[in-house]
Amino acid sequence: MPMEITPTATDSFKSQEYFINMGPQHPATHGVLRLLLTIDGEIIKKVEPDLGYIHRSIEKMCERDSYQQIVHLTDRMDYLSSHINNEAVCLVVENALGLEVPERVKVIRTIIGELTRIASHCLWWGVMGMDLGAFTTFFLGFRDREMINDIFEETCGARLTMNYNVPGGLMLDIHPNFVNRVKKFVAHFKTKIPEYDELITGNIIFQKRTKGVGILSREDAISFGASGPVARASGYSCDVRKYHPYSALDKVTFTESLKTGGDTLARYEVRIREMWESLSIVEQLIDNIPEGDHRVSTNAVIKLPAGEYYQKVETARGELGVYVISSGTKSPYRLKFRSPGFSNLSVLNHIAVGSKIGDLVAIMATIDLVIPDIDR
Amino acid sequence: MPEGVAGIAEMILIALVYLGIFSVAGLFLVLVERRVAAWFQLRIGPNRVGFQGILQTLADALKLVSKELTGTVRADKFLYNLAPYFVIISALMAMSVLPFSKEFHAFDINIGVLFLIAISSIGVIGILLGGWSSNNKFALIGAMRSGVQTISYELSVGLSLLTMVLISGSLQLSAIVEVQKNGWLIVQGHIPAVIAFMIFMISGTAETNRAPFDIVEAESELGAGFHTEYSGMKFAYFFLAEFINMFIIAAIAATVFFGGWLSPFGITESLPWLGVFWFLLKTFVLVFLMMWFRWTFPRLRVDQLLTLEWKYLLPVNLVNIVAMALIVWLNLTIQF
Amino acid sequence: MTNEGLQKCINGWFPEQEAGALEFTEEGSQFLNITVQPGQLHQLMWQLKSDSETHFDYLFCLSGVDWCGELGVVYHLESTTHRHIAVVKVKTGDREHPVLDSVCDIWATAEFHEREVFDFFGITFNNHPNLKRLFLTEDWVGFPLRKDYEDEVNMIIK
Repeated sequence: MPMEITPTATDSFKSQEYFINMGPQHPATHGVLRLLLTIDGEIIKKVEPDLGYIHRSIEKMCERDSYQQIVHLTDRMDYLSSHINNEAVCLVVENALGLEVPERVKVIRTIIGELTRIASHCLWWGVMGMDLGAFTTFFLGFRDREMINDIFEETCGARLTMNYNVPGGLMLDIHPNFVNRVKKFVAHFKTKIPEYDELITGNIIFQKRTKGVGILSREDAISFGASGPVARASGYSCDVRKYHPYSALDKVTFTESLKTGGDTLARYEVRIREMWESLSIVEQLIDNIPEGDHRVSTNAVIKLPAGEYYQKVETARGELGVYVISSGTKSPYRLKFRSPGFSNLSVLNHIAVGSKIGDLVAIMATIDLVIPDIDR
Repeated sequence: MPEGVAGIAEMILIALVYLGIFSVAGLFLVLVERRVAAWFQLRIGPNRVGFQGILQTLADALKLVSKELTGTVRADKFLYNLAPYFVIISALMAMSVLPFSKEFHAFDINIGVLFLIAISSIGVIGILLGGWSSNNKFALIGAMRSGVQTISYELSVGLSLLTMVLISGSLQLSAIVEVQKNGWLIVQGHIPAVIAFMIFMISGTAETNRAPFDIVEAESELGAGFHTEYSGMKFAYFFLAEFINMFIIAAIAATVFFGGWLSPFGITESLPWLGVFWFLLKTFVLVFLMMWFRWTFPRLRVDQLLTLEWKYLLPVNLVNIVAMALIVWLNLTIQF
Repeated sequence: MTNEGLQKCINGWFPEQEAGALEFTEEGSQFLNITVQPGQLHQLMWQLKSDSETHFDYLFCLSGVDWCGELGVVYHLESTTHRHIAVVKVKTGDREHPVLDSVCDIWATAEFHEREVFDFFGITFNNHPNLKRLFLTEDWVGFPLRKDYEDEVNMIIK
């Protein structure tokens, strides 16, 4: 994991360049990521990420645990979209077993999933402003996120690592207050997103720091395997909710947020747009939650039939894939998580070269990395 | 007592008084900043220690005094220890020239404005020395950025003050305030004066390395910039000096543009000791304005900062001076 | 394109004697699985990407697998124009020094993924620009995700 920084004869080390270490403890890298920067004055020549500071061998643990236990482990990968991670594993198991979950479960899963996405984007927005120097945005973003966290606490029992899904449905039915609180939140948040725009989006300083910075072309986005808002801002239409819908997403109408600029401002605008769309999805579903059971019973020990299964979901960061190879036993033979952050991180060297340190901070804020997602 | 000794005793007394003002103002401003920031961020801020948190900064200062004085192994010891004193001394010297009221004015020299501009340039040496001698790459980057920034914005500060000197006809601060008995200079000079004021506020904020020009400290980018390696009392020096500089910029603006210690429309002219109150009131309004900037705007990238100065502010400033000169020559100023 | 269409298309690329080296199967999976020999891996991948009928330009998952005897890599490919998905599998029986061709020059995302596979399985990739360990320290001994990996201290087995 740690690398020596001494330049060797094979490095292209010219006399004006020097190395700087950004991280692993650094206010702008949002987690334990170490970046080795080769800089010439203010211009970046090379960015090399150094990973593994929070590697917990989740994939190896999955080869020993049962499927219900694996759901717990996925909370801690991309902890800002933990509900959607849980949903991914539950969907793999349900599809493999051919289980048909009740409509109620699907609708509730989608509502909570979209609320999770909004909460993640609120935090992203607050931290982005803070990285660029406008400290007040942090508090405004968290104020709205707290409302969502309180809703989750009442229904799911936890604010961040919800763990509300089980293979076959939900652990408990929703709290009686759930519908009212979500409706109140939707009404409140609709007045807040324009406030966000007023504070930051139109500000000339912000525009100058994000327009034309860190441009990622569509071909590069596809070649680097980018997904989520990073790819959609470059014009690659890849929303998993549209192309491979799951849970109740085929019953709702929403537009995919696409932009063609590929720069930091485009990525920013895509996420703001996504918040509106998520609000619209929640609004469409919240009034018509079907009656029924919150759970279909499964065996205590779940064994998937031998074979390979793949499930894609759209987390707040991009496309999460769960690839299970089962040999018929109670634990998977091999379970691989295709994490969105891992591929999104690989574009960093490509787009940050030639820009300045200040630009690197803006680029990293919009690629929106969560390091435990990358390191697993 | 003999002349010389009396003179020296007088100077020491004045120095002690100003040191007192320096510390009290510094402590008070830090608290004001924290309360104002909390107000913008929908929180309350410190309000437990003392009445509404008045003693909070004192508690923080006591804590800072008790901290271990660390330093890097290969730091240049002499320069490392010397750097904070540059910023403190330049702030103190600038404060001694400010006219708090007609009598409360330590050094009423005839080159007042020029002296102020010159002194503020000395502060940057402290920053450069601090960054260089820390033997730390981040500190070095911060110090270099600061040097570049301060040198560029000194020009705009000087030129915008020069615009107002065209009306007053004198560099002496008390004379500038006397001229404003016919109306504040910002009103007398109307359009060019308003432009000069705006440029002065922007450049003044940049001179003191405050947001949106705090690329020097850019907490999110470089840890803590040039004072990364300082702790305890030496860090407190840098920290306090930044707030005092902010106070000085606001005080200069209040003196040159808004009438100094004169009351609006002369309402308390018969009570000259109230001048201190008016002066402080105007200064604090401008300090609030600078804090407002900090907690609202994102920060500029270093090349955007320099483009702003060299391609926009400087040409506007030069044209403004010519405009002001025309107005004064053609007697188009507004006098009351 | 459907799975049958894909199978026909891909089969058509290789002359008769080599066609037998490719195996197609759909059982145990929802996508078309193509098993290929290590020697033909790079050529097949190149064709899959550049051919306009298949146009698999999005490599979305690259996983290393220890098949208990053989070490292998599984590639999940998607086409952004036709939106079909295919799975390519390659295996090598050599556990001491497993070597495969890198596909970094075809899809840039493979660079990080192959480093991860090297880190956890020990498979070396030819023509990889920067093949070194990704998550574990440089001096780590062993390849943790292999089935025969033993670690008294770090592994808790129930």
